[in-house]
Amino acid sequence: MGAQLRVYRRRMRSVKATKKITKAMELISASRIVKAQQRVNASSPYANELTQAVTAVATFSKVDHPLTTPSLSPRRAAVLIIAADRGMAGAYSNAAIKEGDIVVADLKARGITADAYLVGRKALNYYKFRNRAIAGSWTGFSDNPQFANAREVSAALITAFLAESDSADELHIIYTQFKSMITQIPVTNQVLPLVTEDAPAGLLPQYEFEPDASEVLNALLPRYVEARVFNAMLQSAASEHAARRRAMKSATDNADELIKSLTRLANAARQAEITQEISEIVGGADALASASAGSE
Amino acid sequence: MAASSNLTVEVVSPEKRVWSGEATMVSARTLEGDIGILPDHAPLLGVLVDGTVSIKAADGTSHEFAMSDGFISVSKNRVSVLGESA
Repeated sequence: MGAQLRVYRRRMRSVKATKKITKAMELISASRIVKAQQRVNASSPYANELTQAVTAVATFSKVDHPLTTPSLSPRRAAVLIIAADRGMAGAYSNAAIKEGDIVVADLKARGITADAYLVGRKALNYYKFRNRAIAGSWTGFSDNPQFANAREVSAALITAFLAESDSADELHIIYTQFKSMITQIPVTNQVLPLVTEDAPAGLLPQYEFEPDASEVLNALLPRYVEARVFNAMLQSAASEHAARRRAMKSATDNADELIKSLTRLANAARQAEITQEISEIVGGADALASASAGSE
Repeated sequence: MAASSNLTVEVVSPEKRVWSGEATMVSARTLEGDIGILPDHAPLLGVLVDGTVSIKAADGTSHEFAMSDGFISVSKNRVSVLGESA
């Protein structure tokens, strides 16, 4: 076998092996999207009920709570960025991190220091590599977040919020919203201080509070933050799988194309080799024939 | 006579809807003490202490759920029990 042909065959073997991996990852992600989506849907009744309850309390009670009252001169903000633990998901992590950079720049323009809270190894590495300050980071669960993870993250955020000195005045969550299998958009949500979603106050029932409005608010708000963080994590996980599936699909398609063109090249090399061998044999036979003709 | 309608009850945890259906009574313990909720109860938002929430379903069966960090919200015969169920 000629050297050229051997090189082509070797490259084909390697591309085929890679294709097997990307194909497998594509299938795994495809099956996980569905599950992740179901988890997003399963968590929404809780989040909706909680949002409604919080809105009701915040609307009806004129309680001064640090978690609902916007600071007059906000100086610090906590920014939670949710990205992936692993790569191989195209621009998924980068898009969320870039969105985070925009938010941080906006905050800076308003004279607010942003503290970065990071979920996902990719976000952590990005910040570490650039030597940026990290207020908190969590890794290892980006593709299958549990409620306990959300609770841990929220606890840190709420602590930062309620701190005696240098407390955070705002909380923004940056995550990737799962619109559909093909569209996932990085979005920023301000969670605290509570933006009373334009709820039609007239339609909300006049609740009785037990024990009283401020107690209820005190107990509700941490749960509300947890629910929002958990929902953001679940949506991000679904988006991560969708992004990974798409990235792996295009990698598999590319591998197919590469294999096709390498096959062509290998065939051409093989034919060139054969042609050369034939012409060598013919040439050799000719030389023998003319040599023996000359001797006679 | 008994109230004309039943309560529509939902018990939801962060991860999923635990139970939903029609019920005649829901009882739970808030920070202030035990409450029982019957149809046509006034709108209420209460903080639950960790413990069990029991529901008498309309079909006669009764259910008990252990909840922690829970809330109960009642309005217009809709009862939602939120919390982490054990």
